[in-house]
Amino acid sequence: MLHATELLGAEAYDAQGNFVGRLTELFIEPADQPNRVARLLLGRGKYQPLVARYDQVAFVAPGTVRLNVGEGALEHYRPNEAWLAVRKDLLDQQIIDTSGRKVVRVNDINLAEQRTNGTVELRVTQVDVGLTGAVRRLLQGLAPPSMIRRIQEKLPARLIRWEFVNLIESDPLRRVKLRITHQKLERLHPADLADIMEQLSPAERQSIIASLDEQTAAEALAELDARLTTQIVEKLDPERAADIIEEMEPDQAADLLAGLSPETSRELLQEMPGEEAQEVRALLRFDENTAGGMMNTDFVFVGETATRDEVVEWIRSRDINLDQLDVVFLINAEAKFSGAVRLGRLLLALPGQRMVELKAEPLLFVSPEAEDKEVLEMFDKYNLRSLGVVDQGGRPIGAITVDDVVTRLRAR
Amino acid sequence: MNWTTISAAVEAWRARGLAARQRTRRLRRRLVVFLAVVGPGLITSNVDNDAGGISTYSLAGAQYGYALLWSLIPMTIALYVTEEMCARMGVVTGKGLSDLIREEFGFRPTFFVMVTGFLVDLGNVVAEFAGVAAAMEIFHVSRYIAVPLAAMAVWILVLRGNYRQVEKIFLALCSFYLAYLFSALLAKPDWLAAAHAVVVPSLHFDAGSLLMLTALVGTTIAPWQFFYMQAAFVEKRVGPRQYPQARADVLVGSISCMVVVFFIIVCTAATLYASGHRQITDAADAARALEPLAGRWASLLFAFGLLNASLFAASILPLSTAHVICEGLGFEAGINHKFSEAPIFYWLYTILIVVGAGLILIPGAPLLRILLLSQVGNGIWLPIVLIFIVLLANRRDLMGDKVNSRAFNAVAWTTSLAMIVLTIVLVYVALRPGRFPGVGMTLP
Repeated sequence: MLHATELLGAEAYDAQGNFVGRLTELFIEPADQPNRVARLLLGRGKYQPLVARYDQVAFVAPGTVRLNVGEGALEHYRPNEAWLAVRKDLLDQQIIDTSGRKVVRVNDINLAEQRTNGTVELRVTQVDVGLTGAVRRLLQGLAPPSMIRRIQEKLPARLIRWEFVNLIESDPLRRVKLRITHQKLERLHPADLADIMEQLSPAERQSIIASLDEQTAAEALAELDARLTTQIVEKLDPERAADIIEEMEPDQAADLLAGLSPETSRELLQEMPGEEAQEVRALLRFDENTAGGMMNTDFVFVGETATRDEVVEWIRSRDINLDQLDVVFLINAEAKFSGAVRLGRLLLALPGQRMVELKAEPLLFVSPEAEDKEVLEMFDKYNLRSLGVVDQGGRPIGAITVDDVVTRLRAR
Repeated sequence: MNWTTISAAVEAWRARGLAARQRTRRLRRRLVVFLAVVGPGLITSNVDNDAGGISTYSLAGAQYGYALLWSLIPMTIALYVTEEMCARMGVVTGKGLSDLIREEFGFRPTFFVMVTGFLVDLGNVVAEFAGVAAAMEIFHVSRYIAVPLAAMAVWILVLRGNYRQVEKIFLALCSFYLAYLFSALLAKPDWLAAAHAVVVPSLHFDAGSLLMLTALVGTTIAPWQFFYMQAAFVEKRVGPRQYPQARADVLVGSISCMVVVFFIIVCTAATLYASGHRQITDAADAARALEPLAGRWASLLFAFGLLNASLFAASILPLSTAHVICEGLGFEAGINHKFSEAPIFYWLYTILIVVGAGLILIPGAPLLRILLLSQVGNGIWLPIVLIFIVLLANRRDLMGDKVNSRAFNAVAWTTSLAMIVLTIVLVYVALRPGRFPGVGMTLP
């Protein structure tokens, strides 16, 4: 195993034993192979640097590189944005560790040698983000490599496998050239993704939101700090911003839009399809410190005379977010709120049982103007996980769920 | 009168009410935004007037009267210019100064800056606890009780308490510096002469005043402020749109800092210099500067202000130093981590407090030597950090269109060079005290 720190600055000799230059950079071509060191940059002081290809390297050791061709066979260096530079783009920069779900800074890179008939290929195996890499960077050139290796053996190593590394690049064109996708990020939980994004710089955050699909972007934005969300959304195109906001729950969308300037939120609401824009607009009318400002207009309600089977069919037929469903609201013949049935009871009810028999006692609800303190008290007193919001006419207009309550409590 | 007109009237009335509520909400939001942004500039400038600061300024006024007041305006400019660059970098890039230095200049320069910073800050923490000791001695509390208590209080406060609330209390208590304003007024100084001295430079090239000048500069413009300020703006998530508020915060902070310095110098000049008490040796002497205001209570007033300043600085410095070092070198940092998750962070913080407080308690500890070395370290540290800051603020790929303008660059480079020259002078003198007799360094 070799370390990038040991190789950078190494003396390079050609097949005839002549000194060619010093190894100043290692390039990876992600479009070709994601982990192979494809080119080696050899600096020659005031002369133009040369580039050696991976199949022109015969031998590699800390401090020395030997090529299997003569100096004349090497190309002159021309900068190429599709090449990932180890020293410039990786060392000391931040990357996303998708397995540890955080942002870390690269101290060093570990390389494996692969010998194939006369050539040595270097492959990036791990990224060193811990003490071993730091010590190596510090002592490189000041102490002999053998001593450095002896010291590092005693230190705990923090390594991340190259497959779990997600690069951060703000320039969208370069992202394409380096084949940076965020598929690994899309598999993370939105809360972890939001955590990672909070540790990045604004430009990097923007680039990640730009490359995620709308569903994941919406979920991540919903978990992100409100100030950051505002900054991100303000920099997006209105169409893209509206596409993402459509994917959010109405109450999350309302919270987001409430944080923007009135012109921006108006513009975005216009870009959204009518029905969803209407729901969000309805929520925006409420002060954020009231029940109306906490509630979600997405909730399930059925007639109180419906049977268990009918309700299950009804839920199955609609596009409901099952992860958030834990109560079904009931309305009576005058379309007024008449109760709530928890999902546990629904699950074990007999097929023909009517909802009105399963409803929880006592009848609990709040008006949209109720203060958030009152809502929190009710949740605590009655051990609720959802609470219906009912307007003056007795009609259900929204539901407050316990995750909103928890967020509100933490903000206090 | 029919129902349509009534309901129209009601609707109009409700719409006005809603509009009024929205307006107040918007105003409240803007105030909230402003309050959310403001702070780092004010805090850094107030912590400037800590134990070391007050001693230096009192000395300057007592020994030289109004002669050094001319340096205040250039210092304000220098302070504002450098702090503004850091605030701008924090707001535009969203990264701290140590992060930027690491990413743009590499590991070894960062390591060097961090190590020097640690040693300098250690010296500063020693000075803060020395301030605590001196202040409590005015209250007739032995330092062997006061300093350990203070160290424990700071340690617990920061690690267990609600640090943000307490920061606000400290800040409010900093209004104590108004005591110097009132004292200065009551001492009836020659305001015309003072004003004249501020505007017209009186350059004396004797060793003593040059040294005092560099000490003034060194205590006012300390690199840890830049790290702290940039990190504070990043942590507050101030975006480019709130940049004007951030800049206002920095401006108000720098000006208010210098105003306090002005009054401390005028106050000590009008009382101590005028009455011949030119060689202050301890805090009690500086407290005497407040006699016109507070008479017998002068020392108590002074002591309380000094205690507040020292505790404030002692709670900010170690924390921000540990943060900055860990972030620069890539270790986990932050009070929200458990000890096992961020061991280096907690060790750094604890060492700074324990060693800082401990050195005060060891009788015969070479405190002066330590403070001297800290100043020497500052002299090495400041130029390097300054150069890094100006280089970074000029990078178009980092700052976009918010790079330094040419005019700003001219000012920035001039002030940086001036400060570098001054601190090199200070280092030279500090390392060869024999050649400059009669120049004393005192502890509060």
